[in-house]
Amino acid sequence: MPDPISPARAQRQGVLVALAGQQNAGKSTLFNVLTGARQHVANYPGVTVDKKHGQYSDDLGTVYTVDLPGTYSLTSFSLEERVAREFLLGDRPDVTVNVADASNLRRSLHLTLQLLELELPLVLALNMMDVAASQGIQVDKDLLARRLGLPVVTTIGRKGEGREGLRQAIRGVEDPQTDMGQPDPGTVVRYSALEPAIGQLMARIATEPALADLPRRWLALQLLQGDPAAVQLLVDRLGDDGTRALRETAGRFIEAFETEHRIEVSDHVVSCRDRTVERLLAGAVQGAGDGRPSLTDRVDRVVLNRWAAPFFLVATVFAIYQVSIVWGYELTNYTWPLLAKGREVIAGVLPSADFLVDPYTRSLGLWLVDSANTLLNYVPIFLILFAAIAVIEDSGYMARIAFILDKILHRFGLHGQSTLPLILGGVFAGGCAVPGVMATKGIPDTRARMATIFTVPFMNCLAKVPLYTLLLGIFFVEHKSLMMFYISTMTIVFALLVAKLLTKTVLSGQETSPFVMELPHYHLPTVTGVLRRSLERTWQYIKKVGTVVLAVAVVVFALLHLPGLSAERKAHFEAEAQAAVERFAAALEGNAYRDVALGENLVPLINYFTDYKRAKLNATGRAGSERVAERFQARNADFYPLVKPPSGDRDARKAWRELRKLARARQGLRRDMREEQIRTSLLGSIGRGLEPVTQFAGFDWKINIALLSSFAARESSVATLGVLFQQDDDQNASLEERMGAETRAGGATALLAVSMILFFALYPPCLATTIMVKVQTGSYKWMLFAIVFPTALGLGVASAVYSVGTALGATGIEAMSAVYWGAVALLLVVGLLSDRQASRRLRERLAET
Amino acid sequence: MLSLNDIRPGGRVRIRRHLSTGAIRQRLLDLGLMPNVIVTVVRSAPLNDPIELKLDASNVSLRRTEARTIEVSPLEAETAESDHA
Repeated sequence: MPDPISPARAQRQGVLVALAGQQNAGKSTLFNVLTGARQHVANYPGVTVDKKHGQYSDDLGTVYTVDLPGTYSLTSFSLEERVAREFLLGDRPDVTVNVADASNLRRSLHLTLQLLELELPLVLALNMMDVAASQGIQVDKDLLARRLGLPVVTTIGRKGEGREGLRQAIRGVEDPQTDMGQPDPGTVVRYSALEPAIGQLMARIATEPALADLPRRWLALQLLQGDPAAVQLLVDRLGDDGTRALRETAGRFIEAFETEHRIEVSDHVVSCRDRTVERLLAGAVQGAGDGRPSLTDRVDRVVLNRWAAPFFLVATVFAIYQVSIVWGYELTNYTWPLLAKGREVIAGVLPSADFLVDPYTRSLGLWLVDSANTLLNYVPIFLILFAAIAVIEDSGYMARIAFILDKILHRFGLHGQSTLPLILGGVFAGGCAVPGVMATKGIPDTRARMATIFTVPFMNCLAKVPLYTLLLGIFFVEHKSLMMFYISTMTIVFALLVAKLLTKTVLSGQETSPFVMELPHYHLPTVTGVLRRSLERTWQYIKKVGTVVLAVAVVVFALLHLPGLSAERKAHFEAEAQAAVERFAAALEGNAYRDVALGENLVPLINYFTDYKRAKLNATGRAGSERVAERFQARNADFYPLVKPPSGDRDARKAWRELRKLARARQGLRRDMREEQIRTSLLGSIGRGLEPVTQFAGFDWKINIALLSSFAARESSVATLGVLFQQDDDQNASLEERMGAETRAGGATALLAVSMILFFALYPPCLATTIMVKVQTGSYKWMLFAIVFPTALGLGVASAVYSVGTALGATGIEAMSAVYWGAVALLLVVGLLSDRQASRRLRERLAET
Repeated sequence: MLSLNDIRPGGRVRIRRHLSTGAIRQRLLDLGLMPNVIVTVVRSAPLNDPIELKLDASNVSLRRTEARTIEVSPLEAETAESDHA
């Protein structure tokens, strides 16, 4: 597959530009300004770091641009730094644009100096000039350019200013004719006492032809700082022996230097760079750090105030929840009819239904449309949700949320930045694990990130709610509000406990990193920035999740339909259908509408009848009903009197009554057939095969099937239960009543409901989420774990509660209360213990040093 | 020896040296917590941990665990001596 970015420099068409910069320097915004709409997101090979690339054209041709991950420096300690460095060294972009925060040049230029050491053609873009100006900071960019020997441009990414200047500067650097002149000798980093070692190591490196393409001074410096990725680079080029020799040489220099100067090489390197930065900035930057409290300081005095902070946090979380979940859900009331209309259109195109069995093209087609609609239904929610998150991220408050909550979450192996994923997942009631898992991307600590990914699915996603509502309506009419309280708060209790369990066991080997985080200045988010991010993420969701869900929908469809009914049973149902039709024909003997209704017209008429009923049901208001009437009159004027008998027409009335009877009989038959088909299907066999295991939790095969099919999409659990528990059509009972009556008759109790609720709360993430888990962890192994572990946990808990509860004769509400308060108690114990442990370990570690 | 963890909000200190190693040390240095740099402790989080620091032009937060690995000297008690010029 040709990727315009990756081919080696020589064969490349056009120019390759990389954007490098520190976090919060506005790099991505500037990337958008530079590139415009043509951009794509991919992953760097083997890791989950986003690789954003795009392109634009100017007079001289196409320019490919890559937005590197934000990094404070170019060491190899973090994944982002390794990715950025490997790209710069391996792909050797024609031009690298260093995006620097003009209001914090003292720190930004550290990265600039490291980029210079990589000997890359460089442009320095001083971004956020407006922020600098508002703080009274003035930058003499020409002086800075002369000192650095680099083109320096000023930009304001948020306002889209400086694009032309930057594009011209890129062309200027890329053209080898241009000579920027040599940098001011006083501003090249000199590492004073380390220089002799650097020089000698460079001479050694020069003798190795395999290292000829690497910047020598940079490599020497990295080896002296003991950079593990640089060592790996040597191993790749020189093999183990050659590496050992070089490392030993470097090791001797390090030891000599550290004993003589009593300072670590890396500290020395950083402070030398800092002194260089100071010289660079002297006279070039005015007015920095005048000590006046900035706007950010004043806002934080209120927002992060010890007593007010929790209030602002809760208000923010509530606002996100209200705007995206509640209002978004209301919005789906307007968008759902559109999807339903789409379904009607497709249903009209597909081959029409037969009396008993639908053609596979029809049933599979509608099945796929339904699966897609289930996902698309959430699109309005996601658009708002992602926009709300973008606002919080861009404004700078997200980092404050992490700051406030880190203590609690860290105690259980999570991270301050786990808050957002958990909120999106639906901490209280209503969310979705897919954006939740997606949002874990920002968590810098790998172990906490993994723990968050595996606990987000325990939240109450929107699709779990219908099953809870159903079960509470049947078994807990008296204790509904108490049960609702348990269900909506146990999520976080379970999540914290499981996070702790996982970080102590399977995740204990994962990399952790410290919580050292910048609290960026507050910014007013821009409309385009927020919209772009919201659309981008929603589209990602549709693309990634949609395709896979459709594929699996086909598999589930097959599992539900194969092997199909035996010829004998088919004949049985056909005979019943025949009998119903004959009864209908007999009743219409002598009726004026007999010829319209019978013969070839029969099946179309029944379909017409059911379509009409559904259309009436969906129509709102008088105007809606009138439109339906018009539509059906236009569709078939002959049939119309049979679905809406004109007053006084006794024949029509009689025919309508008989038609209704026949339609019901048909519906009942179809349902029986479907139930039998599901029972004998592969999925049904699996459901029954699981009974020996699930019986301890009280689940029979029907519940098993419902839970299995809900893996494809949570919503389908209630729908499947609906099919399985629907028996007699004449009694007009709701699913709650039917299921209640039947399961109670089968000995089911509220205890079974508790067992089901607990299982459902801990049950594996739905298919869409597991795909997201794969995307975010980058491994099928972890995806599998995300399925197997919660299933085992859920089944274990449900079985224990059901078995012990049955043995003790506990009622449902008693069992639930016991589980809930037991979990809360465990949470407190674990929380207190881990605090003690942590402080003991720290004391030991400090005593060692 | 004082660590950054011992400084109350409002205190201004000079960073002397880091006891941490590897990634943590590098991260602290990258964010500007270099030896000889002056920082102000702004506040601690509502639950006491982590803490927020003010540097030259940026605000940085870190857990107390990490703060304990940073040796500092209070500005008012500082003498002319310095470990490394």
